[in-house]
Amino acid sequence: MSLSNIFNISGSGMNAQTVRLNTTASNLANAQSAASSADQVYRGRHAVFAAVQQDAMNIDFDTLDDGVNQSSGVQVLGIVESDAPLQPRYEPQHPLADDKGYVYYPNVNVVEEMSNMISASRSFQVNVEVMNSAKQMVQRVLTIGQ
Amino acid sequence: MAINFQAALGVHESALKIRAQRAEVLADNLANADTPNYKARDLDFKSMLQQQDQAQNRGLEMQTSSAGHRDGGATLFSSDQLLYRTPQAPSADGNTVEGHVEHAKYMENALAFQSSFTLLNGKFKGLMTAIRGE
Repeated sequence: MSLSNIFNISGSGMNAQTVRLNTTASNLANAQSAASSADQVYRGRHAVFAAVQQDAMNIDFDTLDDGVNQSSGVQVLGIVESDAPLQPRYEPQHPLADDKGYVYYPNVNVVEEMSNMISASRSFQVNVEVMNSAKQMVQRVLTIGQ
Repeated sequence: MAINFQAALGVHESALKIRAQRAEVLADNLANADTPNYKARDLDFKSMLQQQDQAQNRGLEMQTSSAGHRDGGATLFSSDQLLYRTPQAPSADGNTVEGHVEHAKYMENALAFQSSFTLLNGKFKGLMTAIRGE
């Protein structure tokens, strides 16, 4: 039944948004984590989303659905590190300063991360609502003929 | 006189089925609201209902030349019936899902599902009354 598939789809959406929220939390927590060289410093992380395509070999004979173009949920392909420029700051008193007096700060844009956080939490909310109304629909179907 | 379920239930059975399928497609759009290059999809309810209606009446015409062949009769829901939505304001990442539009369609579809269900349930109740003869 296709209604029960909604739970998988919304579940995958919630999962993806949770990963995104996790990376945002990590970025914000490490926004001020300084390091003494460009290699060691924390870099902003971002989740990459992609639609899950149904298996082309998995033809459903009951509905004759070739299923090639219909997607079923979202997946997190991976987490990439941002290649935005790092922020070297001249702070000779800093214990982590290198021999030229520079400390490297992460390339995390706090404003960007905040808007990312709001977007992720809204999208999560939408998926919860979709799942809730799907639940109501299924419960309603169970009462048929009563 | 035998009770013919197909005649008794009318269009509501197919309508409910298509509403459930559409809910799935719209849920998929909402789940992929932040996926780059994802294209929002939807079903045309009217044409699908017409097609289901015809398919129910005559079945799918399939030629069989051997006893082992399938005789058709399946309902057709192939991916070419899934249409692409034209976005009002396309975004830079190639995603055509607009949260408010999809949300509204999803809610509308859920309400239509409820009304289809209520009508179908009424048909069942009518049949029950006829069977009990009360």
